[in-house]
Amino acid sequence: MDRRSFLKGTAAGVALASSAPAVVGSAKPRVVVIGGGAGGATAARYLAKDSKGALDVVLIEPTRTYYTCFFSNLYIGGYRDFASIGHTYGKLASDYGIAVVHDWATGIDRDKKTVALASGTQIGYDRVIVAPGIDFKYETTPGYSAEASGKMPHAWKGGSQTQLLKAQLEAMRPGGTFVMLAPPNPYRCPPGPYERVAMAAHLLSQKNPTAKIIVLDPKEKFSKQGLFQEGWTKYYGDMIEWIPASMYGAIKAINADTMTIETELDTFKADVANVIPGQRAGHIASSAGLTNASGFCPIVPASMQSQMDPNVYVLGDSTIAGDMPKSGYSANSQAKVAAMVVRAELTGSRAFPAKFSNTCWSLVATDDGVKVGAGYEATAEKIASTGGFISKNGESAELRKQTYEESIGWYNGITSDMFG
Amino acid sequence: MQGRVLTKILGCFWLVCSGLSYSGNAEQGAKVFQACQSCHAVGAGADHLVGPHLNNLFGRVAGSLDNFNYSAGLRAAGANGMSWDAEHLDAYIENPIALVRETSKRFAGLASAEDRNNLIAFLRANSVGPSDISESLPTSIPRDPDVDPQILAITGDPEYGEYLASECMTCHQSDGADRGIPSIVGWPTKQFVIVLHAYKSTARPNPVMQMIAANLADEDIAALAAYFEKQQ
Repeated sequence: MDRRSFLKGTAAGVALASSAPAVVGSAKPRVVVIGGGAGGATAARYLAKDSKGALDVVLIEPTRTYYTCFFSNLYIGGYRDFASIGHTYGKLASDYGIAVVHDWATGIDRDKKTVALASGTQIGYDRVIVAPGIDFKYETTPGYSAEASGKMPHAWKGGSQTQLLKAQLEAMRPGGTFVMLAPPNPYRCPPGPYERVAMAAHLLSQKNPTAKIIVLDPKEKFSKQGLFQEGWTKYYGDMIEWIPASMYGAIKAINADTMTIETELDTFKADVANVIPGQRAGHIASSAGLTNASGFCPIVPASMQSQMDPNVYVLGDSTIAGDMPKSGYSANSQAKVAAMVVRAELTGSRAFPAKFSNTCWSLVATDDGVKVGAGYEATAEKIASTGGFISKNGESAELRKQTYEESIGWYNGITSDMFG
Repeated sequence: MQGRVLTKILGCFWLVCSGLSYSGNAEQGAKVFQACQSCHAVGAGADHLVGPHLNNLFGRVAGSLDNFNYSAGLRAAGANGMSWDAEHLDAYIENPIALVRETSKRFAGLASAEDRNNLIAFLRANSVGPSDISESLPTSIPRDPDVDPQILAITGDPEYGEYLASECMTCHQSDGADRGIPSIVGWPTKQFVIVLHAYKSTARPNPVMQMIAANLADEDIAALAAYFEKQQ
């Protein structure tokens, strides 16, 4: 089915396609949500569910099956199959009445209050919620590009890139070297690169036990560092070598044809390379003028409203969310605040104080899970931490297994919360 | 609140004046234990029944005997470092669900503090080296009676609760599925409030729930309880 026939196949699609530029005659206020990930899908679902038909909710997401970035490392490690991290939008359409449009949002006209789609359709909005995730700052990885990611996957957006990296690891020559170039701050999923190293090590220790893993890291310290380094040694011996920038200097050139990463210290030759560039807000956020010099979007802490435009809300990895990390859990948490505020603005429903929280679970080895998390409150300046926790080194096997089981419960919970 | 303060003052007074002697009477406790015998055995040759045997219970990590099929809740409590001493036994016997989430213990709780003290003395007598077991009065584990009646009496705002509940649904599933994370739909209001306050006071160990509860005011907890009680 192509995009056009799909649009015709849904009542909402017909309405959207036939009423450009702005939908007229719609009695209900309309909220357009850009991006169907942890932020956008959750916001759309809560807006539709809680407004009970009082709002017209449109969700724009290019992919028909969304593969979560969270838990994609467990697929690499062999703990999940690929299908288990894929989710579709059928229930959001059928059970919640959301108009799900599988298309690229190419621009936002904030004066006309319309969103442009790649198909040429324009959709009018009363409020737009922007949740496009991240794009890459290739200037942080000289020589690396979107094209090079076909040979050296970033695998930092869920989907085919994740599959490519896993296939390369499985096919790596015996005793080969897997090189990861970790991203500089700030980036999506702070513990993610290091969980990935553990999962790659788990995979290789079974299939290719003489393989080596080298992590080149522009940072001198990283999330859950003590926990990961304890687990790397405990389970994978000396397979993993972590090298911070203070040792390798700077990245001089990345060459996907020769599979090399040249630094001031040395040139690292990889059999498999995972290059994770620096990050910024998804392109549509910057093209709509919602970002500041940092490349991310400043928001009002109590509501997730854009500081650039009161009719725009921004969620998740694209935002400057104060003390909150860029994570699926954070985006999901922020989405509920924004949905509550937007619904109150458009339907007169009650508004409540914002509540935010986050927890990031990581798997180190079989039945060995760790977690870090915090609660947050909105102050005038930022979303500020009210206190957090982190797993401890040397915890019992039973507690680590329980933490892993808890992470599975969370995955089932958050994906139900996103997709219905 | 005054009663709680008074209890603590009396507790300190008792510690100072009694030379740290534990107040229970093991012989009286043996009589109290008769109510437990349909599920628990203790003494020479005791084995597991519906519940685990209770020999050498003091110092035992909760949910730790290899050959007994404990509830996930007790195993989790043990994994988080809980072991049986007078304080935890007193809290558990008084109200099992306030201390351990999802325990399979089918026992509503023993309200009489005197009966509990005697029962604990009896269980202590059935542990190795009872005179070596450190003694403490059961005042430091927050539990049911430590939730101020005024807090329990707060009428929750279910509409506010519905909004607050959205934070819970990141992990807890609305359909009651409970793999790895327990279901919280349909709980009685009082139980919900007791449990959330047990996390808020850190009597319950899970750090995620302690973090969530720390950001909830008494009115927030009441609102959540009012909302979830009505969910199926």
